[in-house]
Amino acid sequence: MFDWWEKIVDKLVYETWEMSSDTALGSAVHFFIYDTVKIFILLITIIFIVSFLRTYFNTEKVRVYLQGKSEFTGNILAALFGIITPFCSCSAIPLFLGFMQARIPVGITFSFLISAPLNNEIAIALLFGLFGWKITAIYIGFGLIVAILGGYFIGKIPNVEKYVLIPVTPIEGELEDVKIKLSIAQRAKDAWEYTVDIFKKIYLYVMIGVGIGAFIHGYIPADFISTYAGGDAWYAVPFAVLMGIPMYSNAAGVMPLVEVLTSKGMLLGSALSFMMAVTALSLPEAMILKRILHIKLIGMFFGIVAFGILLVGYVFNVML
Amino acid sequence: MKIEILGTGCSKCKVLFENTKKAITKAGVFAQVEKVEDIEKIMNYGVMSTPGFVVNGEVKSSGKLLSEDEIIGFIK
Repeated sequence: MFDWWEKIVDKLVYETWEMSSDTALGSAVHFFIYDTVKIFILLITIIFIVSFLRTYFNTEKVRVYLQGKSEFTGNILAALFGIITPFCSCSAIPLFLGFMQARIPVGITFSFLISAPLNNEIAIALLFGLFGWKITAIYIGFGLIVAILGGYFIGKIPNVEKYVLIPVTPIEGELEDVKIKLSIAQRAKDAWEYTVDIFKKIYLYVMIGVGIGAFIHGYIPADFISTYAGGDAWYAVPFAVLMGIPMYSNAAGVMPLVEVLTSKGMLLGSALSFMMAVTALSLPEAMILKRILHIKLIGMFFGIVAFGILLVGYVFNVML
Repeated sequence: MKIEILGTGCSKCKVLFENTKKAITKAGVFAQVEKVEDIEKIMNYGVMSTPGFVVNGEVKSSGKLLSEDEIIGFIK
């Protein structure tokens, strides 16, 4: 898909600038220019497509769909909606309470709350750009399983509702969708504005991530991680998850790094666990939810999701 | 006309509030603008993604930071 661009960069770096592809510097510079532009193009394209499609879905609609669904089906649907619904962790509280108003069980709400950040458009665009569609599909597929089962088990906690600190009065009867009519041109315009907004926020992180990646790519030997950092040791996956938790806001900078680390011997399972921990275990979201949820429930939420992510990592390290 | 901005204090809600005040001046309409931060009142409008934009009790937009021109389109 990007052969044309690789040829241009080849010419620029190896011919115009007369760097050699055998030197660390030449290979690092080539990597940086090629990867940055490739990722930028993919980010803009994918974020635009995703946010355009998302103008057709909103949390109000999802609530109407999920209302009255049985437990397991509800978990599956909620996790799927998490992919296509626009979600910002700053709206976690109204979403949580709004779902409770509609008598949607807490476990189903959590399936949505796990899936939505895990499948955010930045992570998906970067995964697709860096690892290809297969790994992206694996990430989304296993992310959905974590969200479905995670929400399901949270729903199985006895009297889980008592951990919600704000009293919610359920709305009687069927809910109506809030109707806002938009033309296709208006949707495209909104999606484009959103894309530009996101791009401005993350482009620097991407460049820093790719920059460090380029350095590693050029200067650090290929078997470095497997030789020195215990690439296949049992503790690689939990270590990856722990490292991922404080990186919440930097998926954009972290993912290019992960790509390079996998080429230097980091196992794919550990990489997947790491990326899922970056997106799904967000401390700011936990702090927001703490205003309406008992700390015990938040702890269990983190525990269950972390456990699911660990399992994904181990399964993949053994399989791939 | 009564305009309500629904939001629990996120930065987008504050900007939307400012945009609305500017839009009213620009459009030259007489309107009262109010910030609604009480989560229960917000829930009563059925809005789950903030900021919400409400004109005379009717939800016009949710989860979106409207520009001045978009706001003028809603209030003129």
